[in-house]
Amino acid sequence: MIPMTTITTSAIPVSPALRILPEILLTVTGVLVMLIESVLAPNTSRKPLGVMAILGTLAALAASLYQLQLPAGTAFFGTVQSDAFSVFFHLVIGGIVLVTLLVSLDYFEGHTSYVGEYYALILFGAVGMMLMTSSVELLMVFISLEISSISTYILAGYRKRSATSPEASIKYFLLGSFATAFFLYGIALCFGATGSTNIYDIAKGVASGASPLLLTVAFGMMLIGIGFKVSLAPFHVWTPDVYEGAPAPVVGLMSTAPKAAAFAVLLRIAYGAYGTMTHVWMPLIWMLAVLSMTIGNLGALTQHNVKRMLAYSSIAHAGYLLVAFTALAPMGIAAASFYTAAYAAMNVGAFAIISYLSGYDEARTNLGDYAGIARRHPMAAAALAVFLISLIGIPFTAGFFGKFYVFTAAINSGNAWLAILGLLNSGVAAFYYLRLLGQMYMLPQEAGLAPDTIRARPSFVLGVAILVIAVFALGIFPNSALRLARAGAATFNVQHRIAAAAFPVARFER
Amino acid sequence: MLNASILTWLTLLPALGAVVVLLLPRRGRAPQIFSLLLTLFLFVLALHLPAHFNYHQQQGFQYELNVPWISNPAIHYHVGVDGLSMWLVVLVSFLAPLGVLISWRAIEDRKSEFYALLLLQQTAMYGVFIALDLLVYYAFWELSIVPLALLIGMYGRKNGRRAAIQFFLYAFIPSALMLVGMLWLYAQTGTFDLVRLQQQLHGWSTGAHATGLWFTSLAFLLAFAVKVPVFPLHGWLRDGIGEAPTAVAMILAGKLGLYSLLRWHVALFPTEAAHVAPLMVALGAIGILYGAMLALVQTDLKRLAAYATLSAVSFVVLGIYAFTTASMDGAAYQILNESISASAFFMLLGILYERYGTYDMAQLGGIAAKLPRLAVLFVITTLALIGLPALNNFVGEFLILSGSFQTHARITAVATLGVIFAAAYMLWMVQRVFYGAPSEHVMALARPDVNWRERAAIWPTIVLMVAMGVASMYWMHAIDLTVPNMAPNTAATHTGIYVWVASTR
Repeated sequence: MIPMTTITTSAIPVSPALRILPEILLTVTGVLVMLIESVLAPNTSRKPLGVMAILGTLAALAASLYQLQLPAGTAFFGTVQSDAFSVFFHLVIGGIVLVTLLVSLDYFEGHTSYVGEYYALILFGAVGMMLMTSSVELLMVFISLEISSISTYILAGYRKRSATSPEASIKYFLLGSFATAFFLYGIALCFGATGSTNIYDIAKGVASGASPLLLTVAFGMMLIGIGFKVSLAPFHVWTPDVYEGAPAPVVGLMSTAPKAAAFAVLLRIAYGAYGTMTHVWMPLIWMLAVLSMTIGNLGALTQHNVKRMLAYSSIAHAGYLLVAFTALAPMGIAAASFYTAAYAAMNVGAFAIISYLSGYDEARTNLGDYAGIARRHPMAAAALAVFLISLIGIPFTAGFFGKFYVFTAAINSGNAWLAILGLLNSGVAAFYYLRLLGQMYMLPQEAGLAPDTIRARPSFVLGVAILVIAVFALGIFPNSALRLARAGAATFNVQHRIAAAAFPVARFER
Repeated sequence: MLNASILTWLTLLPALGAVVVLLLPRRGRAPQIFSLLLTLFLFVLALHLPAHFNYHQQQGFQYELNVPWISNPAIHYHVGVDGLSMWLVVLVSFLAPLGVLISWRAIEDRKSEFYALLLLQQTAMYGVFIALDLLVYYAFWELSIVPLALLIGMYGRKNGRRAAIQFFLYAFIPSALMLVGMLWLYAQTGTFDLVRLQQQLHGWSTGAHATGLWFTSLAFLLAFAVKVPVFPLHGWLRDGIGEAPTAVAMILAGKLGLYSLLRWHVALFPTEAAHVAPLMVALGAIGILYGAMLALVQTDLKRLAAYATLSAVSFVVLGIYAFTTASMDGAAYQILNESISASAFFMLLGILYERYGTYDMAQLGGIAAKLPRLAVLFVITTLALIGLPALNNFVGEFLILSGSFQTHARITAVATLGVIFAAAYMLWMVQRVFYGAPSEHVMALARPDVNWRERAAIWPTIVLMVAMGVASMYWMHAIDLTVPNMAPNTAATHTGIYVWVASTR
């Protein structure tokens, strides 16, 4: 695998379809799953559909890797760009989807008859998220954002018989649509200021220095929209309720994959389009980072529900990630990209174990339910311990290097105070993760509990094993992931060259 | 061949052993036997270090290995030992099998996890002592918190969970600040390598980076001082040691932090260290007296041991920051002594607890009449701990006090009172627990004297107490090669007293 670092304008023609090959594969798989679902007898197992979805995701991952071989470039009138940056996020999102499918293969078994749609919705959501990361046209970003959002709105309400799940779905939907409206408004203002919705044309407009006020407001609007998606404080209020109500495997997915995609968009907008206005957006980002870290961690301290606790923790982690944005371009981008991968591995893992221990009925969501669980389920507890230790940020796990790169980037660009605030925050955070660890390992189990009937299926074990390996691999040998992240960051350096290179139409013809 | 890789093997094998222990059958004695064999093997392996150490090489490190680990930021897997860390590696290897032996019966519940965590802790400690790259060091430093906290929490006496979380936060939060300092250093110098950092930082204390360097050195100092612990940062110590099982209490305090003070504070920031030295000397002296006075009034043996530990490690802090050859040599030597004597003490307390189920002195009394062998071992250990000449602690304490007297005469004079207090609380404790009329609790329980396994755990430490008391030159040779060079003022000279002590041995 040779990540390319430069954008070639060579004459080798690249079919536009290849630029969105992973998305095409996922769409086809999703449609097939929907079609086959409707012809299956009502009471038969839907597992083959899940297996099909898994195979489709694997194909999409392979297609993303294949895209590394292509020279970076745009397609479809300059709306979609495949480069090392988009491939990095494709791999992260594809990995999350793959593991989510693996761990939820048995989750709905015997509880609902709409499992086929569940797989299809996950696939369609993945299409939207992946497309977000490769869009360089804000309208395209908006469309793909909607594709991914609508899927996750429905997925959040998938435990139909419980009261909290539909509530989560409605809350997520109402606030989410509100936030996308902000985003759309931002796009409109951007168009007003620069006459274009293409990232590179906006970059030219921003560089020319025309109508800075309008551009600032536009950035603020888009930041609100994205801030909602990635649950940055103060746009975070929906997060605990939605995470509490939504099915645990879905929470694992929606707390990582859409966030990775939204951060990719924010990176493209901030460093790509607004690369010459850093003095304007950096203070904004600085404030949001501090707010998110602090509110997230302080909020998590008082939670007794594990899912709510992890919801607040995800707000804090979004804040850590935002710290990377205050760094200079290539380093900050690489650090933020790496952090999304590290965070995805540990957070999806934590929710996978919670979904395993709680089951469809969410039997174990309170902190007290985890007392002494290490004795009843030693392997599950050990895996959860690994994810929690990684979330704390102990060395030799992904969480450590995630934080390490983010705060290195911040300090290198002179933001030592932000790093101090962030790392003190991680000290506070250690407390609530430890409290859960302490419940699992240091308390006797409650007497008189009925024996558990849950048992681990091979697909679940495989999914969790992938995550545990990922957590340690990113924590001990981060080199290859980091190299790809840096290659992705490097594509931003040459952006102006592309913008100057040719008109979209000319590229389409190649 | 072995010379380049031995440190890596030492570090890697316990971690692999931890995985093996978890896979072994849980019933029977398999975890114990495996851990014992592994730790004994590691001890033999570690003895290779002093056997093939070059005692004439004054500068640099031996058994060095330096390979790139992460390209950007430039992190190298750079390990090696000098006269100081070599003995600490041997010390860790020496104590590990004893820790396994003493836990043989004490830990019955979830013992696979216990031995796995103990082995993981061994890996972390080796890593701390051999790392010469700041980030590798930090990784092992942070790693060492996790097994310790889990061990305290899972196998604690009553409030293990609370003590574990307290310990973890005490250790973790200052380390987070230290990480900021590390990243700042890297941002300024572009390297994490100890030797290159030392070269590059030379002269920075007066340059443009003076303020940053000053804050960085303070962040490092805080992280280490909490782990030692230095008064007034000892908040976690009482509950930590009070709750910890014996094998954990043996390794909880002292050497990790004290070594780090020498290697990563004094040697890395000599000018800044010289600035805080008067404060550290004063805190050391206060810690000696404060720990001793609190030890005097304890009724719980484990807590008494905790405050005695505070007093003992404060001696080392005093010695390090007095910055004379004698005091620093003595401090480095005292790290070894303190670990060995305190380990023996904790093991004996553990044995006592296994027999009578309490650490409460009010319930114990007159044990000497019933368990004479245990009493003898206890008295020898007590004498070592209070610094009786010809036993190990005497040499260290004497060098520390005589060395620090040259630079801080008045403070040292006050600190010396700590030796008297130590004799008071230890001998009083022995008198209350072992002599006098047997208490009702002791009378009611017929308990066997120390068995072969316990003797196998205690006797090596007793032998070492005597050996290190009468033949300290054997250890001091390598220490003296290295440690005095770490002092900010390398003009520190060997004192008349030091020469006298050396010549009498």
